[in-house]
Amino acid sequence: MSKLKTLLLATAASAVALTGAFAQERGRDGEVKIIYWQAPSILNPYLSGGTKDIESASMVVEPLARFNQDGELVPYLVDSIPTLENGGITADNKTVTWKITDGIKWSDGTPFTSADVAFTAEYCRHPEGGCAQSAKFDGIDKIETPDPLTVIIKYSEPKYVPYSAFVGGQSPIIQKAQFQECLGAKAPECTDANFGPIGTGPFVVTSFKPNDVITMKANENYREAGKPAFATVTFKGGGSAEASGRAVMETGEFDYGWNLQLAPSVIQEMAKGGKGTPISAFGTLIERIEMNMTDPSPSLPEGERATAKHPHPILSDEKVRRALSMAIDRPLLVEIGYGQAGRPACNLVNAPIAYKSDNTGCLVQDIEGAKKLLDEAGWAPGGDGIREKDGKKLKLSYQTSTNAVRQDFQAIIKQNWKDIGVDTELRNLSGSVFFGGDPASPDTFQKFYADVEMYANNFDGTDPEQYLTQYTCDKAPRPETGWQGENINRYCSAEYDKLAVELGRTGDPAKRQALAKKMNDMLTKDSMTIVPLVDRGRVSAHANSLGGVVLNTWDSELWNVADWHRKK
Amino acid sequence: MLTYTIRRLLLAIPTLLFISFVIFAVIKLSPSDPTANLPLTIPPEVREKIRESLGFNEPFIVQFFLWLKQLVVTEPKVWMNNAFGTEFEIGQRMISYQTRSPVLDLIVQRIPQTLWVVGTSYVVGVLIAVPIGIISAYKQYSVFDQIGTFIAMIGFSVPTFFTGVLMILFFSVNLGWFPSIYDTTHVVEDWSSFLFQVKQMIMPTMVLALFNAAQISRYMRSSMLDNLTQDYVRTARAKGLTEKTVVLVHVLRNSMIPVVTVIALNLPSVFGGALITEQVFQVNGLGQLLILAIQGGDVPTVQTVTVIFAVLIVLFNLIADVLYGVLDPRIRYD
Repeated sequence: MSKLKTLLLATAASAVALTGAFAQERGRDGEVKIIYWQAPSILNPYLSGGTKDIESASMVVEPLARFNQDGELVPYLVDSIPTLENGGITADNKTVTWKITDGIKWSDGTPFTSADVAFTAEYCRHPEGGCAQSAKFDGIDKIETPDPLTVIIKYSEPKYVPYSAFVGGQSPIIQKAQFQECLGAKAPECTDANFGPIGTGPFVVTSFKPNDVITMKANENYREAGKPAFATVTFKGGGSAEASGRAVMETGEFDYGWNLQLAPSVIQEMAKGGKGTPISAFGTLIERIEMNMTDPSPSLPEGERATAKHPHPILSDEKVRRALSMAIDRPLLVEIGYGQAGRPACNLVNAPIAYKSDNTGCLVQDIEGAKKLLDEAGWAPGGDGIREKDGKKLKLSYQTSTNAVRQDFQAIIKQNWKDIGVDTELRNLSGSVFFGGDPASPDTFQKFYADVEMYANNFDGTDPEQYLTQYTCDKAPRPETGWQGENINRYCSAEYDKLAVELGRTGDPAKRQALAKKMNDMLTKDSMTIVPLVDRGRVSAHANSLGGVVLNTWDSELWNVADWHRKK
Repeated sequence: MLTYTIRRLLLAIPTLLFISFVIFAVIKLSPSDPTANLPLTIPPEVREKIRESLGFNEPFIVQFFLWLKQLVVTEPKVWMNNAFGTEFEIGQRMISYQTRSPVLDLIVQRIPQTLWVVGTSYVVGVLIAVPIGIISAYKQYSVFDQIGTFIAMIGFSVPTFFTGVLMILFFSVNLGWFPSIYDTTHVVEDWSSFLFQVKQMIMPTMVLALFNAAQISRYMRSSMLDNLTQDYVRTARAKGLTEKTVVLVHVLRNSMIPVVTVIALNLPSVFGGALITEQVFQVNGLGQLLILAIQGGDVPTVQTVTVIFAVLIVLFNLIADVLYGVLDPRIRYD
């Protein structure tokens, strides 16, 4: 009897093992359909820089290492992440050595070598190429390839966080054989390569219709056996966030819908459709109000308006800025605008956790405190409830881009500010104008012809150095720079500039974190130059039958598409 | 007639040149930036390099003439090389900012879908409108006429982006009959795939057809009404012709003259209506290309697609005029 039992069990076990083996076959789950409401225009991320293009391309071309959902580096095409400890980074922080994993092949069957990696840098650094990611390769002196599996990157200055070149979705490796004739000005002539790059990723492009749809099939030469589970991919682009949400959660036509920027109530309603589930995760994106430190008054001559020559007549006073921040009801903003995909925030750098300053002072609205501050600043309540000082009304213009949530925010904040006696004039501008760098346009966010403005920004990867050094005096947009520059507020502090330089020279992680926190605090709670509102998460949705999805805000959302499968 | 047509065609050239210059000026003077949609993480210096590599910073006039040269010299050469195997030297082709690929290739790729959806909807619209117009006029102020007028007013005044979304909500979300997103990779190869193609075309086609039918049926009705009271109709009846012959042969033929020209004149504007419908249903046609190009600050694509629309309008105006002469012997141009 027991023998029989053993036999039966063994048979059962082997049957399980067999089905297990069967289940591991590549392409076993048929088709997966992904929808992005912004349609990919090109699959060469170096020529575009748009998120939609980077993420769709990330299924095909891969970097040496990616960030996972916790913001930790994971080796993809290499054996390990180079560090000071394992000798991958030299003690002077000037040389980084990546060891490519042996046996990796391009989807056309040729071996993946260090020459491809070096070529990728050459391609992007070509002065006439207009490469959108050239900042990732800043500071590189030269790249050596002593053997097909070793890449040695030499920096001209010490580089303490050298995880930007060839790391993350923005900086994948392209194949030298395919792109070597496409350098510089010739880049747009290589349409076939730009629309169908050969990669090492889990999928291969079979057809690409720009601004519309991509079809892909499983890469037969993918390095992991049994992956990807899907044989084909249809990647549809275009429409609206609403249409994508509907297609995933209500009609079930698609398996994955990207970045559903919709009101929380709309998403909840869609989720009732029962075909899909919304998922959310947080990254570094902070919706904020920027205070203009310079005078944007139209009475000033062009060329002096909104420049450091004329400090802002109202907002130069730190007390006024602080009062404006205190009056804002952040929890209400989150509830109305983002729901589970938002958290009230007081920090510019709110993640990763190691860089997050302990700054929670702004979370609770304090109308009385704000009023008191304005009184102290000399702004006395006027007859119509609007404060005045020296016969001048406390009136601010407040601009942002056109977007349903942002207009809701404007309305709420206008009310909050009215409660403390501040009158606000609202304005919204089309995103393509507001975020466009046209120096002739008076309506760009860089020119900042308004008292305060609102938008969101984030940083790539997990190190905020470049993000924080945007606020040095020399980065202020002004006529001499053609109104280009990232220091939108025209914040200028000698101490901050000094800290920025120091951050660039500091390698020790603990010291870097302390410096970053200090800089964050200087911009936010100490000076209220930047008034963070909401830590904006990402909401996407996947079909209930789609397994393996891990939402990642640190890298491409499709970073682990090789692991996606159909739930049985 | 031939000399008239030739004269008109020649006159069209300066008209189109002027139109394209004005369009170009409007696009370039509006604050647009091909890098506006890029993430803010890309620094301004890099953005400037991107704009430079696209030729965005060249002087206005240089850009316009480069575009013109590419459209009338370079692209025809490319076409000749592909069609006849000639080997002309080809310079820089017209490149789209968004896709970094030749603009004309994008347009060629998208024309079939627009023609299919817009063409079908127009034919369907005319087929619905003409009988409704005839019956409405013949039975003026009847219940049929009132209902026809009501539906025409709805079709005329409710925009397609509203009817489109309404139809999606009703037929896709609630009933689940039709797909809400047009499958642009679908290939018709057998009976069932043809059925699917019909299914996915129904909603966009009907939305546009309703819009077109509304307009044409009103023209048809009023034109019929004008003719029904004419003396020749009374004569025809007096001769003892049947009502059917009077209405469908005598009146209809005469009433069609203005309607045909309206149909021809309206055809280009249908492409305009398709802009929005294509966006709602995500049909990958010219309209969607134009909208995405506008959003992306893609000057060469916007310019070329708009000029193509201008060409269509000028061309269909000419066709309408010529048709008028063909249909109505009283009108002569020479």
